[in-house]
Amino acid sequence: MTRAAVEIPTKKKLRVATTSLAGCFGCHMSLLDIDERLVPLLELVELDASPLTDIKHPGPCDLGLIEGGLCNADNVRMLRVFREQCKVLVAMGACAINGGLPAQRNHLDIRDCLQTVYLSGHGVERGFIPNDPELPLPLKQVHPLHDVVKIDYFLPGCPPSAEAIWQFLTDIIAGRTPHLGHGLIKYD
Amino acid sequence: MTAKTFQMDGHDVPFEEGQSILAAALAAGSYVPYLCYHAEFKPHGSCKVCTVKVNGRTQASCTTPAREGDVVESNVDELNELRKNLVQFLFTEGNHFCPSCEASGGCALQAVGYELGMTTAHYSPLFPDRPVDASHPDVLLDFNRCILCELCVRASSLVDGKNVFSLSGRGITKHLIVNAESGKLADTTLSVEDKAMSVCPVGVILRKRRGFKAPIGERRYDAHSISEVAVAHPEDEAK
Amino acid sequence: MALNLSAIVARHGGDPSRLVQILRDVMDAEGHVAPPVITALASTLGVSRGQVEGVVGFYSFLDSEPRGKYRVLFSDNITDELSGGHELRQRMLDAFRLELGEVSRDGLVSIGATSCTGLCDQGPAMLVNGRAIARLTPARIGAIASLIRGESPMDQWPDNLFVIDSHIERKDLLLSTPLSPGEAIDAAIARGAAATIDEIARSGLRGRGGAGFGTGQKWAACAAAHGGGPAERYVVCNADEGEPGTFKDRELFAHYTDLVLEGMTVAGFAVGAQKGLIYLRAEYPFLFAPLLAKLEERRRAGLLGRDVRGARGFDFDIELHIGAGAYVCGEESALIESLEGKRGIPRNRPPFPVTHGYKQQPTVVNNVETLAVAALIAKHGADFLRAVGTAKSSGTKVLSVSGDVARPGIYEYPFGVPVARVLEDAGARDTQAVQVGGPSGILLGANELGRRISFEDVPSAGAFMVFDTTRDMLAVVENFTRFFAHESCGFCTPCRVGTTLSAQMMKRLVAGKGSRRDMKDLAKVTQIMKASSHCGLGHTAGNPVIDALAKFRPSFDRKLRSLDVLPTFDLDEALAPAREATARDDAEAHFNEEES
Ligand SMILES: Cc1cc2nc3c(=O)[nH]c(=O)nc-3n(C[C@H](O)[C@H](O)[C@H](O)COP(=O)(O)O)c2cc1C
Ligand code: SF4
Ligand code: SF4
Ligand code: SF4
Ligand code: FES
Repeated sequence: MTRAAVEIPTKKKLRVATTSLAGCFGCHMSLLDIDERLVPLLELVELDASPLTDIKHPGPCDLGLIEGGLCNADNVRMLRVFREQCKVLVAMGACAINGGLPAQRNHLDIRDCLQTVYLSGHGVERGFIPNDPELPLPLKQVHPLHDVVKIDYFLPGCPPSAEAIWQFLTDIIAGRTPHLGHGLIKYD
Repeated sequence: MTAKTFQMDGHDVPFEEGQSILAAALAAGSYVPYLCYHAEFKPHGSCKVCTVKVNGRTQASCTTPAREGDVVESNVDELNELRKNLVQFLFTEGNHFCPSCEASGGCALQAVGYELGMTTAHYSPLFPDRPVDASHPDVLLDFNRCILCELCVRASSLVDGKNVFSLSGRGITKHLIVNAESGKLADTTLSVEDKAMSVCPVGVILRKRRGFKAPIGERRYDAHSISEVAVAHPEDEAK
Repeated sequence: MALNLSAIVARHGGDPSRLVQILRDVMDAEGHVAPPVITALASTLGVSRGQVEGVVGFYSFLDSEPRGKYRVLFSDNITDELSGGHELRQRMLDAFRLELGEVSRDGLVSIGATSCTGLCDQGPAMLVNGRAIARLTPARIGAIASLIRGESPMDQWPDNLFVIDSHIERKDLLLSTPLSPGEAIDAAIARGAAATIDEIARSGLRGRGGAGFGTGQKWAACAAAHGGGPAERYVVCNADEGEPGTFKDRELFAHYTDLVLEGMTVAGFAVGAQKGLIYLRAEYPFLFAPLLAKLEERRRAGLLGRDVRGARGFDFDIELHIGAGAYVCGEESALIESLEGKRGIPRNRPPFPVTHGYKQQPTVVNNVETLAVAALIAKHGADFLRAVGTAKSSGTKVLSVSGDVARPGIYEYPFGVPVARVLEDAGARDTQAVQVGGPSGILLGANELGRRISFEDVPSAGAFMVFDTTRDMLAVVENFTRFFAHESCGFCTPCRVGTTLSAQMMKRLVAGKGSRRDMKDLAKVTQIMKASSHCGLGHTAGNPVIDALAKFRPSFDRKLRSLDVLPTFDLDEALAPAREATARDDAEAHFNEEES
């Protein structure tokens, strides 16, 4: 597991991609919350694809941070692109780790959901279920990332605290196996 | 009279005749992770999180009576890994979305997860369908989080004399039921003063309109980990 | 048809400890135990409603919701599967346009699966409203389907459908030594209780039900419990025979009934019990009436009842209890819970049943075969048994041989018999593997056929399932993991969750959708179950996986794709409901072959 981390050359900047799948950008906000440490951090890392850079598809990266679980076909496809491109892939936050809030729809039939929302729901007149091929189809259930690809590290929390993210990133940058000390593991 | 002792992780632990390894260890200030044990009830040993090695054999410490001279291993990597896996099993089996759970911060399952360094449930979640029961005017039952520890079953039967809760099903379909033909809590005799209201180690049996009472930072396991809380007031913790 | 609940309850003396028996009667009368019936039963018996509901929910053959008027359950043992059981099941499902487990809309029929019904020598087999039908063929399935369609009452179905064959292929000491009713009891009485226990101990008899505990030692502990003073003591005959692939107790009860009952009576005399209980699995309904008749016959002959065989003060009678579909109830303490009318959850031990058993009284639990052998020892003495077998395994073992052999059936051998010898006698060819002792036992590969059946080498509770080289051993193991997941009682975390996770991972692996992570996790989960489970079921549930990983690794590797991790669910199928709702079928609405 630590192999990839160790291979990262210390002089070269760490190339990092991030994305939000079925998430709320809360984890990204928490990432920005590391505040003044962001500046030294940016000297050590270089951002590839990320909501913060507007690059859509990542190139080869050392590290990928993914927020949010898998709710639809696009989420799955993007996750796989990240897996291909990133040496180390991290599930960041509760939704990426266990589906989170969106997964609370898992006991509902997605057909009924679509019908209720678009056809029979309150105030819907002459509704139709959007069927544009551009729109990603929802999965039957929301899944955590590790249900589809190999995840190297899990960074729990809703969102993970800035402290936890900082600890995690500094470990990775230093080539250590990330270790969340006491008080940094939180599921809420 | 010198107290009888056994050895745990190299320390002498005194015990009284008939006391379990777990109870003796907690009383002596040594934490062993546990979930279904409660000092006021006869232990039944179902969660297996309290598993230790007694003279080399793995056993649930809450149901194993301490014996003079036993050599017990507890806080070792192999057992902590086993316990972490059992906690992962429990997370995998239920629907645990801590951010929206009223028990978060005061939940023993979560706190033991922290204690054991669990960052993921690891296995593919089973996502069971367990509808909540909101029928009772004062109490909400969210079965999604039930870890089947039977503490509410025991409390309702032995303390409240009501048998409000029972178990049905088998294997992975085992589940908590309430004592009513309608299957609804409103049709049972449960009242908010019952002992059964206060024993759930997770977030199943909830007082309505009391949610998220303690602010973040002041919840039971915010300032101190469960390993500290459990040995600081072992009796209190069990309540 | 109004349910006469009070008559049923009265028939069982209003005794809550007969709850499982009462519920079986309700099932027979109504086809299910409806919620109002549960409420009424709870108040009549003076127990909580939840307790009754919990019992109904525990046992496979008790339903709280209506099933079909004809409840069809196909036996799902691997031997049924290998002899075409799944295809026949599908044929019947198709005939009624049903999914497995579904009830037809008109309520006529439901078709499901059940764990091994103990007819492995004549499978595939099924149960219809509890009645066993063996040797299924397409023709038989067709006939049964028309009988159901015509709503023909089951007592008017052709008798030949319900014929259970007997294949006793090899007899040794136990099966060939005649004993007249009463002989063993007389010998025990003449010898005295303590001396009888000594004789049993000296014979080296060890339990035939699996654990191999010394029978003399067990009886002595029961006799000595509570200071040896007067107590209600019980002798329980364990005829649950739930281990897939085992059917020797079925044959012992069918053809050696007196011998088994004699053994129970001897045990009763030796330990000072007044009551014997037989816990017979529900899957053997063809044994109920003959057994009850035999008990009556023995009462009339003074072999049961007051002053048995004229021995003043030796009062002993035997009661029949019938299970309700739960393998775990073969575990002795779960069996006792079930006898007491509860959910079959294994107890914490100590205390053991010999001191705190049925109704917390000293209780001996023995396997059917153990008791039969004990009767012969009582008559012929310890040396009779010692003369046969090996140093630590005296006597013989009755094996239930099934699977890929020419002559499946019952084979009795002296302990120490090589596996290869059994295979030869039964007409096995190109043997790839033998599962000895059932799924919880040992899986032997072709290079281990020289090993011997004995407590020293390969112990066996009786099952001996043979797989030839055409069989996919992964599919065999997958069947076993499914069995354990279905039968876990759910009490403890490791087994409740672990058996389900292993079954899921094995299912993926068999389908060619498993990954290296699944292999690693499978090994880990098995390890956890072994280390921390509450009872023997969880301790052994991983055995087939551990053995297969060690001995049939290439079978796993063949099915593995090179990837570390593969999706745990079918991606394309996960889009199906949304495709349906949106009526889309474009490329983006699918995960193609490569992607999934
Ligand atoms: C899950 C499980 C199922 C068992 N099933 C049976 C059974 O069907 N028949 C049996 O005789 N013993 C069974 N046993 C073993 C019993 O617990 C017990 O050891 C045995 O009945 C004692 O009888 P014996 O000493 O004559 O073998 C089972 C054990 C376990 C753990
Ligand atoms: S019960 Fe505990 S572990 Fe489960 S969701 Fe609530 S806080 Fe989290
Ligand atoms: S509701 Fe709570 S106390 Fe009751 S069994 Fe479930 S987890 Fe235990
Ligand atoms: S090991 Fe399995 S069968 Fe045994 S008590 Fe635990 S859950 Fe029940
Ligand atoms: S605390 Fe011991 S088994 Fe649960």
